[in-house]
Amino acid sequence: MEVVGTLVRLIWELGVYLVTVLPDLLPIILALATPLALGALCGVLNERSGVVNIGIEGIMLMAAFFGYLTGFALHDAMGSGPSIALGILIAVLVGALLGVLHAWLTVSVRADQIIAGTMMNIAAFGVTGYLNRLVITPSGRGGAGVITPFHLPDQIANLPLVGPILVMFFDQGPIAMSLVFIVIALQLALFRTRWGLRTRAVGEHPKAADTVGIDVYRQRYLNVILGCAFAGLAGAFLTLESTGSFQNGMTNGRGFIALAAMIFGRWTPIGAFAGALLFGTATALGVVVAVRVPEGDLGGIMRSIPSYWYAALPYLMTIVILAGVVGRSTPPAADGVPYVKEGKG
Amino acid sequence: MIRLRSVARELWQVASIPLLAIVLAFIVAAVVVVISSTFTSTGFDVFLPFGAYASLLAGAFGSGTALSNTLVAAAPLILGGLAVGLGFKAGLFNIGVAGQFLVGAFASAVVGSSLATSPTPVGMPLAVVAGAVAGAAFGFIPGFLKARTGAHEVVTTIMLNNAAVLLLTWAVNDLVRAPGFSFPRTGDIGNSALPILLGRNVHLGIPLAVLTVFAVRWVLDRTTIGFEIRTVGQNPNAARYAGMRPVFITALTMTLSGLLAGLAGAIQMLGVIGFYAPGITASVGFDSIAVALLGRSDPIGILFAAILFGAFRAGAPLMQIETSVPIEVIDIIQALVILFLAADLIVRRVFRVRAAKPVISELATVTQTWAGGTSPAEPS
Amino acid sequence: MSEAPPVLEMRGVTKRFPTGTLANDAIDLDLRRGEIHALLGENGAGKSTLMNILYGLVTPDAGQILIDGQPVTIRDPADAIARGIGMVHQHFMLVPVLSVAENVVLGQEIVRAGQVLDLGEAANRIRLLAKKLGFDIDPSTRVDQLSVGQQQRVEILKAIYRNARILVLDEPTAVLTPQETREIFEVLRRLRAEGASVIFISHKLDEVLEIADRITVIRRGRVVGSRTPANCTEGELAELMVGRAVSLRVERGRSHPGAVVLEVSGLRAKDDRGQEAVRGLELTARAGEIVGIAGVAGNGQGELVESLIGLRRPTAGSVRVAGRDISRTSVDERRDRGIAFVPADRHRFGLVLPYSVADNLALTRYAEPPFAGGFAGIVRNFHTILENALRLMEEFDVRAPAPTAPAATLSGGNQQKVVVAREFRHDLKLLVLDQPTRGLDVGSIEFIHKQVIARRDEGVAILLVSAELDEVLDLSDRVLVMFRGLVVGTFPAEEAQREKVGLLMATGGSRA
Repeated sequence: MEVVGTLVRLIWELGVYLVTVLPDLLPIILALATPLALGALCGVLNERSGVVNIGIEGIMLMAAFFGYLTGFALHDAMGSGPSIALGILIAVLVGALLGVLHAWLTVSVRADQIIAGTMMNIAAFGVTGYLNRLVITPSGRGGAGVITPFHLPDQIANLPLVGPILVMFFDQGPIAMSLVFIVIALQLALFRTRWGLRTRAVGEHPKAADTVGIDVYRQRYLNVILGCAFAGLAGAFLTLESTGSFQNGMTNGRGFIALAAMIFGRWTPIGAFAGALLFGTATALGVVVAVRVPEGDLGGIMRSIPSYWYAALPYLMTIVILAGVVGRSTPPAADGVPYVKEGKG
Repeated sequence: MIRLRSVARELWQVASIPLLAIVLAFIVAAVVVVISSTFTSTGFDVFLPFGAYASLLAGAFGSGTALSNTLVAAAPLILGGLAVGLGFKAGLFNIGVAGQFLVGAFASAVVGSSLATSPTPVGMPLAVVAGAVAGAAFGFIPGFLKARTGAHEVVTTIMLNNAAVLLLTWAVNDLVRAPGFSFPRTGDIGNSALPILLGRNVHLGIPLAVLTVFAVRWVLDRTTIGFEIRTVGQNPNAARYAGMRPVFITALTMTLSGLLAGLAGAIQMLGVIGFYAPGITASVGFDSIAVALLGRSDPIGILFAAILFGAFRAGAPLMQIETSVPIEVIDIIQALVILFLAADLIVRRVFRVRAAKPVISELATVTQTWAGGTSPAEPS
Repeated sequence: MSEAPPVLEMRGVTKRFPTGTLANDAIDLDLRRGEIHALLGENGAGKSTLMNILYGLVTPDAGQILIDGQPVTIRDPADAIARGIGMVHQHFMLVPVLSVAENVVLGQEIVRAGQVLDLGEAANRIRLLAKKLGFDIDPSTRVDQLSVGQQQRVEILKAIYRNARILVLDEPTAVLTPQETREIFEVLRRLRAEGASVIFISHKLDEVLEIADRITVIRRGRVVGSRTPANCTEGELAELMVGRAVSLRVERGRSHPGAVVLEVSGLRAKDDRGQEAVRGLELTARAGEIVGIAGVAGNGQGELVESLIGLRRPTAGSVRVAGRDISRTSVDERRDRGIAFVPADRHRFGLVLPYSVADNLALTRYAEPPFAGGFAGIVRNFHTILENALRLMEEFDVRAPAPTAPAATLSGGNQQKVVVAREFRHDLKLLVLDQPTRGLDVGSIEFIHKQVIARRDEGVAILLVSAELDEVLDLSDRVLVMFRGLVVGTFPAEEAQREKVGLLMATGGSRA
């Protein structure tokens, strides 16, 4: 009985603790969720049209690097603002270009889609590591600078209830701030527009789409490239909005957590966003525990958990959630199946 | 004479695309090296790739030491390649070799150091087994999850790789840190080290790895378990229909795959590294994937592919020292090799060859289980 | 009276596939305005290829297509649609998760502001069209909620929505009940009356004679004759189609049913989406008896069969074979008890295509002696596997270059014979056949039917499931009708008339 009582008390304390730290945590959660959400959107757009892309991690990394490189190279000449803006643009372009490569491999060449993605990840690791060692490390200079996040006026931020929510979405840099709008726009586009209808048709039953005159290949190219541009934006966020520096392999599995968020969100933009927030929360927990430990027994327990475990939490949670969610959500029927026009040519 | 020629033709059929893919990868990487030479202190240099590749070759094959370095570097790649290749056979993509390798290395370091003063015939085998078992256990997790819940191994194994790095760092810091060192690490392995057979560093793990190639080949080709693994990889539905249990086979294969990866970690630990410390990086993870693909997931093919990539890894440091071309160029070459294997039509166009398509047909199962189905367009 | 040119003319159309088969060999075909023209031929004769060429899905090697007398090039389906050609494919080209309206407008969407879908307007137009054709369809329903017959109507709506003047229907009756077939014929006649032209592809003689104005027969990629229903007989058409005199009836003697072998009671099972597909089903089968299950596809037949063989776990009820409940045992155990199974989809279940014929012939007994032995009983014995293959290939007339040839290289008929050879063992109690002859040529069908009768006469209890009502009626000693997961009627062979069985298939009778 005593054990149960203690347990109930601990859970209660945990709840109280979470509710008290949550308002301060919200902006951090969104910032942590942004690259995951953008990566997940890349996954949604790809897989809705029937192309599996496990190279999101690599695309993010490449875009992060080249965005950073741009900012780094032009920082002194142009000043921080324009160089960062140009860096973001380059990152998005790099993402789109890699999207062209992935689309070519998966749609035109009909290479195995999982292998194509793996190639992307290895290539990104190699190219960025190579150029990092060759170009950035020897220069010994500082970073590319970083965007200063926006701050809401205190009167608004201090509003009860609404305040923290607004802070969550607006005390951010431009990429994180625009995320919500991107998510909503894509949700509407996917389910309410001609492009969305054709995308879904191509991902579910490409031959049916073909027989009503839809160019399956074109539709898939379009989606893969657009999706990968979002992965590029995620990369830009990492180097230019979040950290202001580049380290080898800095994506650290985010591209794969993004895929888990996509599955969790049942291949919808809003669902994927929710998934990303969930994983963002898990990561944020590790951050906040180090700073604000609760009182009493709970604090003792939380302090006794080594920081490495908190750091591993998002990864472990991804596994657990994936194991719980898969099988209960159905992917697009033609996901991962290259479309072959028989008897052509 | 005629027989010899037909054998040669058959070999060319199998090996031409992989070999030409490597050649093409080196050519494209050379272009990258030339372009990027603008950023170096020596400036733009058209001949840089020649110098770089020459020292790469010298570092890999140029001397007795170089050759033994190549073999030493190849050993974990043979086992890692087998781990990935075995997974492919069952329609599984084990990207978790890096994590399983680390867990295996850690376990054999811990067991090895605690038996450091026992006689080698006792401590060494136990340490090897510990690494293999730890790797197997770590491979079992994603295998079980895939079999039971459908959680795809491509995501779960990557997550486990990341978690392994963090949790092993914690373990070395808080659980098994050896006293008397300025940084967290495990104790000396002493007598548990793999015996050196030849020269300075050719250790027992190398013949062990080669032996494993033939063991895996025998299991796959000659036994009912191998038949079950291959059937599940080719057609999981037919496997069920034939009375096999794909759920069990999936978990088993992933466990065996983890075992091989753990074994790779064990021989690297007991034959080369000697102690576990945070920051041990495992390029073995990606390398193994490239090796398995290049070897078409066939054990013998994997053996040759591993020796090749072992040579790259062994020669790269010399290349970087002598020509300041970063060793990461090997990763680029690796990615290019995979690219040209996946898009083999590039190789065909460039070299005008006609040869069998280097497909691993079980890969289709990997993608299908990711997406959960076949297209309704193909009812057949 | 100057004769108007035919609506459609195909001249010298030739297509050779990369595999070497000559699917169409200089085919000539013409279609007049307001005509129903039947294209008759057995499976694999080249009918579908010809129509796929017309619809721009397949590029011909040679030949010409004329519409209203004008030569045209049809590069892709968009071209075909623009020329007024509509096609109802044998395997429906509908996206299951989309609504009727979304499916109909797909590719020719009604949009506002350039991109935003106007599904309301789409629904209005579809209702109007449906009314004209006499269909009762709700445009907002998801297509996977519709019956097969309704899905076919959506396909016709799709074509009419695109203003098709030439409508091609590929084996449209294959999945329908006799009643639904009659209804679809009504629709076709109505379309004809309004001036549309129809190409009707079939291998069923009676239907062709009933609906067509003209019949063109295709065999092995060539036109072998053209007839009108008035000047030919079923026998003549059959001979043209197959190339030799064929008996359309299956030769079989009386059955002598013995003891009850299979006893299914209260069986319940769910489909892959978790819906209950078998709902308390009862049936028995005796030794030496063929029990046929008729029913429209998707009424729980697949789930029933999978529950019998062990590929699906029933949620309730029992399956007794020779008195023992096997409903919770593994596939392996059931095979040991003398149950064998020919699956509907040989590529998905019955065969491992990259494997050799020999490995496929031992696929279900790979772990038993003498196929395996040695160390721990896990070493495969290639010698006996090969011997077994040679013996079965001889006995079942499997035409393969060698037992080591991959199954993928065999023709469909020979692939099915591999499955049959493996499953039709001599020590069986129960044989479950799911669409055993789907998509095969007449020769292979005859061969397999003979083998089925032979096993029956050896005293095996046989359960035959088929969407082809004719096959069920031809082979069965007793016909059961399955409807929405239940057996709703039983007929002895002599009382099982097409119409009676068909009506029950469509309505489920009083128990629906």
